Amino acid sequence: MNPTLRHIRHVLSENPVTGLAFAGFAAILLLALFGPLIAPYDPLASNTDQALRAPCWEYWFGTDHLGRDIFSRVIVATRLDVQISLAAVALSFALGAPLGICAGWYGGRTDRMIGRVVDTIMAFPLFVLAMGIVAALGNSVVNIVYATAIINMPFYARMARAETNARREAGFVEAARLSGNGDARILAAHIFPNILPPMMVQVSLNLGYAILNAAGLSFIGLGVRPPTPEWGIMVAEGSAYIVSGEWCVALFPGLALMLAVFCFNLLGDGLRDIIDPRRRT
Amino acid sequence: MIAHLILRRLLGAIPSLVAVVVVTFLLTRALPGDPAAYFAGPAATPQAIEEIRHKLGLDKSLPLQFVDYLGDLARGEFGQSLTTGQPVAQDILARLPASVELTLAGLILALIVALPLGVAAATRPGSWIDHLARVVSTAGVSLPVFFTGLLLVYVFYYLLGWAPAPMGRLDLFTSAPRTITGFFLIDSLLTGEFATFRAAAAQLTLPALTLALFSVAPLARMTRASMLGVLSSDFVRTARANGLSRGTVLVTYALRNALLPVVTTLGMVFSFLLGANVLVEKVFSWPGIGSYAIEALVASDYAPVQGFILTMAVLYVTLNLLIDVLYGLIDPRVRIEA
Repeated sequence: MNPTLRHIRHVLSENPVTGLAFAGFAAILLLALFGPLIAPYDPLASNTDQALRAPCWEYWFGTDHLGRDIFSRVIVATRLDVQISLAAVALSFALGAPLGICAGWYGGRTDRMIGRVVDTIMAFPLFVLAMGIVAALGNSVVNIVYATAIINMPFYARMARAETNARREAGFVEAARLSGNGDARILAAHIFPNILPPMMVQVSLNLGYAILNAAGLSFIGLGVRPPTPEWGIMVAEGSAYIVSGEWCVALFPGLALMLAVFCFNLLGDGLRDIIDPRRRT
Repeated sequence: MIAHLILRRLLGAIPSLVAVVVVTFLLTRALPGDPAAYFAGPAATPQAIEEIRHKLGLDKSLPLQFVDYLGDLARGEFGQSLTTGQPVAQDILARLPASVELTLAGLILALIVALPLGVAAATRPGSWIDHLARVVSTAGVSLPVFFTGLLLVYVFYYLLGWAPAPMGRLDLFTSAPRTITGFFLIDSLLTGEFATFRAAAAQLTLPALTLALFSVAPLARMTRASMLGVLSSDFVRTARANGLSRGTVLVTYALRNALLPVVTTLGMVFSFLLGANVLVEKVFSWPGIGSYAIEALVASDYAPVQGFILTMAVLYVTLNLLIDVLYGLIDPRVRIEA
């Protein structure tokens, strides 16, 4: 058997939670892809006769104040939430990794300038900066993605910088240089693939944070607008009914959000176990 | 020596402050809506709008506008809130103590739980308490803070009836204590109004708990990791070999050293706390600057939003500065290097 696969199997057998996290991740992706096909009801169809019903056989998660089926809405919302967080994380990776690699490789002035940009972002409480960016760019889903990408960028830049810096003098880099590779080629074909594994751990940990951030923004009324099903906004809609005891409107979307984030975090820890045995939690 | 250190840190915070002011200015100029058109009213002619734009200084170049902006900030001018009809600076000043009281209460609660939990987990790796600490810290970072807040309200207000309704800093029957510090807990004690103290504490408990649940995770994780490192170090072994009591070794030798990375983590924790604060304020109708900004955002009233972002950022830079100074105070090595 392939040694990599064997290693992965060894790590998975040592920590079954990681296997669970992978399964959960697959489930979330499936729901995101096929959610609208699985949902038993139209997530937007209101039926005021059936408003605020407790969970029952007909409505597994109950209904909200407009009589919409919460189960269907939670399932359909998966796609939007996953889309936002995947897009945001991909964007911040695409922004942060090259900046960090350049900073770590060239050092000196480049490093200081990039460091200044990163420090500027980090000088704000991140969620507050995201609020400001969405307010400035306009209240839309795309701008939530941009805001989330910008506030996550520093983590990638810092990590890529540290990892690149550590490999700048490595043997394989010297060898590549001696074989006549230019800077750009060394960075793209030798440094980047080497720092990719630790960066992927950061990506999966970051997915959870991105989803939380986006849901938080829509909870306070930014980005996603009703009646679009999205976990954060559904919790916000349900929050009005908590004090009178109608718990299911807020509980189920909140649980879905929590499970997704939990799953991404476990996945990150699991990936770290597979990639770097020294940093096992 | 310490004064020297503080001065150095103060100078070090200036670039962050400049960055914060520049970014806030740029965000301000990117905000949608034309203030000149707004102030001119719906019936204004293009010429009148142009005149007002000139009067507001919005026809100047961006660098000149920036100079004006700096002047406004120096005079404490944050503009006028359209929703409350008050100057933004005044509104924010009135609401800031509520936010700070909530954030600090959350942080203190979190430290009270996280430090012992982290220490206990580190002294008994692999035990049930270690597993508990791990579960708490993974669950803690996964919990959407607005969702935890609502769950707590449902359980402790609706089901058990232990907590008061999530409606701000005091219930309807209690009047606010005389303003001394702006912190209701401290003011009510200073003026000797114990009934008010109890009411304010009751209102504060759930939101503070929500914030604490959220920030226990990184703090406990860091305490555990750094305690593990310190406990296996030579000086702890020497202290043990010299027959010092378990408590002395753990607290005086190990914890004091292990706290350094924890203090560093505090910076990140504050970033999360200040952000989470906004969400918690919304859930508990807490009259702080977070809920003020949310109300303004929903009403497309942008002056309060700018004021809020700037206040939060300055608060955060100041907190980081305090952490830096604190770090110097508890770690003599930093002082010597300085």
